[in-house]
Amino acid sequence: MNCRSEVLEVSVEGRQVDEAMLALLHTILLHRSTGKFHYKKEGTYSIGTVGTQDIDCDFIDFTFVRVSSEELDRAIRKAVGEFKEALSNSGSDGMGQISLEFYQKKKSRWPFSDECIPWEVWSIKVNVVNLANEQERQICREKVGEKLGEKVINIVEVISRHEYLPKMPTQSEVDNVFDTSLKDVQPYLYKITYQITDSLGTSVSTTMRRLIKDTLAL
Amino acid sequence: MDNDLSPQDKKDLDKFIKFFALKTVQVIVQARLGEKICSSSSSSPTGSDWFNLAIKDIPEVTHEAKKALAGQLPGIGRSMCVEISLKTSEGDSMELETWCLEMNEKCDKDIKVSYTVYNRLSLLLKSLLAITRVTPAYKLSRKQGHDYVILYRIYFGEVQLAGLGEGFQTVRVGLVGTPTGTITLSCAYRTNLAFMSTRQFERTGPIMGIIIDHFVERPFPNTGHMHACDYRATGEEDGVGYPGVEDSQEVCTTSFSTSPPTQLCSSRLSYQPPMPGAADLCYPAALNSTNPHQMVLPGKEGGVPLMPPQPCHGTQAEHGRVSSCPPADPGHHLSGSPSTGEDAETLSRSGEAKTACRPEALETTFTRKVGAFVNKPSTQVTTTGLDLPFAAFAPRALNSEENDPMVHPPESPTTASPLHGSLHSQDSVDSAGQTQDDFVMVDFVRILLFHLQRSPYILSLCVLCLFTSPSIMELQTSYSTVKILLFFLLQKPAFSKDDLLPMDLGTFYREFQNPPQLSSLSIDVSAQSMAEDLDSLPEKLAIYEKNIDEFDAFVDTLQ
Repeated sequence: MNCRSEVLEVSVEGRQVDEAMLALLHTILLHRSTGKFHYKKEGTYSIGTVGTQDIDCDFIDFTFVRVSSEELDRAIRKAVGEFKEALSNSGSDGMGQISLEFYQKKKSRWPFSDECIPWEVWSIKVNVVNLANEQERQICREKVGEKLGEKVINIVEVISRHEYLPKMPTQSEVDNVFDTSLKDVQPYLYKITYQITDSLGTSVSTTMRRLIKDTLAL
Repeated sequence: MDNDLSPQDKKDLDKFIKFFALKTVQVIVQARLGEKICSSSSSSPTGSDWFNLAIKDIPEVTHEAKKALAGQLPGIGRSMCVEISLKTSEGDSMELETWCLEMNEKCDKDIKVSYTVYNRLSLLLKSLLAITRVTPAYKLSRKQGHDYVILYRIYFGEVQLAGLGEGFQTVRVGLVGTPTGTITLSCAYRTNLAFMSTRQFERTGPIMGIIIDHFVERPFPNTGHMHACDYRATGEEDGVGYPGVEDSQEVCTTSFSTSPPTQLCSSRLSYQPPMPGAADLCYPAALNSTNPHQMVLPGKEGGVPLMPPQPCHGTQAEHGRVSSCPPADPGHHLSGSPSTGEDAETLSRSGEAKTACRPEALETTFTRKVGAFVNKPSTQVTTTGLDLPFAAFAPRALNSEENDPMVHPPESPTTASPLHGSLHSQDSVDSAGQTQDDFVMVDFVRILLFHLQRSPYILSLCVLCLFTSPSIMELQTSYSTVKILLFFLLQKPAFSKDDLLPMDLGTFYREFQNPPQLSSLSIDVSAQSMAEDLDSLPEKLAIYEKNIDEFDAFVDTLQ
């Protein structure tokens, strides 16, 4: 099966990076999280309840909805924090990409380790801009808020296509599909990675890929 | 067709659609209440949370939705719509958006009702949660309160989008295929909101003390079944509290943010743990902390309380005190955080102390002096005790006031400069008239010189000021003042007790303030002297012609 890949692009100011990323990642995870599964006899299960809460952004005129799960929020914030730090350490260029990948684990026989097969990848490309004065920042607040609104509509549109979703697993397989480590919600197995593009507009991975391709082509 | 669907599936599907419709309405109305919605996750299933989502049920809303559905279900040609509109305190109303839950004929026969449809409906509700925070009406609803309220109306049947104005946009929330049709959820929203909302706010100011029954009346016949998007959070869970079947509107009792849309900054802050006065002062406080000099006000009031109370010893000491003014203040006042209003004020004060020291120093000196030179003998005696630079001089001058032609010159000098004029206005008691002006002028001169030593530009400015005076008398005064300025520029520091000045500054100043009239400019009443002058001219010319060679030689030496 092919992995579905969606790309979102945003241009934000430095201090808006955290909130913009949180807004989009949480919106995606809202749709990709269920309540905790409680398996009963005979292969049936019941699903817990997912609560939601509104989060106002401080630096953007935007409010987003996320699942009410402190653990999940902490995990996402940690990843976004690392991304932000990498962005700011990279230099004045300020371009990067954070990816949220949903995958399934496929058990392999020994000695091979488990495979992680992604079935949906969301890539958020970030372009950090620097603004000169307060007036520009105020305009940026509103503009980025509108942009994020458009991105949420894009996300919802992709979700509503109801394309491939992993089958609901049996009790033994649930950890191959869902992240069961959280105590109140159960998102699909996900991982967040990021890459920072250097000033030439290329990233390390694309350079490597090009090198390997060139080598193989010879 | 329905034949393919098992009765149980059909029953389940109908139930799903019914509760989905009710939950949709709840999500939409709750998103327009004007406050943040929060519900908690629960890992153990309670069995009453439809679609595995914790969506609270507001009884009034459920009641209205059931009334609108009247036992029917959304189906093909029968859409359920939630209309959100805005109503100002003046009674104007405007439709903002219409959410439509529709069904079309496209069936998905193979789908599993109890499982896939249910989960997809759950997903659709989550999408609805996200989209309701994105449309323009959300921001408006968060700011409802004094100026306007947000109302909702549920109707069933044909979708009516005419009230949304031209150019309305549509956003599709999602769709779920079922064996009996495809459920679609979409929102059509008005786009020219920004203009309308600004217009509303410009027209209506904040209404104080809104009367509860203001909203009870039904002003518009076509807005039947309009309800205010508000919710009393306490004690109405049981469904007891909601009003009966009549369409009365409820008043906003929950606390909404009432800041106008331009103050986006402050309205955001109002949702954080409140600081006293922070919402109003956040913006100026931010300005102060980043750039204190921007808030500098021309210095009327900053300086006075900052001056130390001890009297000065001599003019040099006074200069010393003035110079100590700037460093003392920042240390004194900038220690506080700029977040509170009081400190914002002191920040701006100290800012002005830093950058506007000159007018401030002038100000303080003169406010101090005013009392010292009130024309009362008792006060004058006490001035000597104050050890002011003029203290020894003051009684002497005043004693001989009647005889001193300098004190009572023939004509009182008009204001020589704008600054001089404003300083005069500071004198609270002007009974001494000239005397006060003298001392005021001297002080002015001294302070000017103090700063002239630091900046040569002031000199050129003063000279310009002084010489823009139109009248001749002013010119003479200006001339004398400039002479004094020049004199003291060459002598540093000015007016210390050990100065080489042969006479006191005051005497010197007064002497030169009213110099005798230039003979050529004196207006002599008798025309005879004029005639004599004219007659003497030829003689003078003859003398000059005689000495012309000498003059030429002199000119040659100059070249």
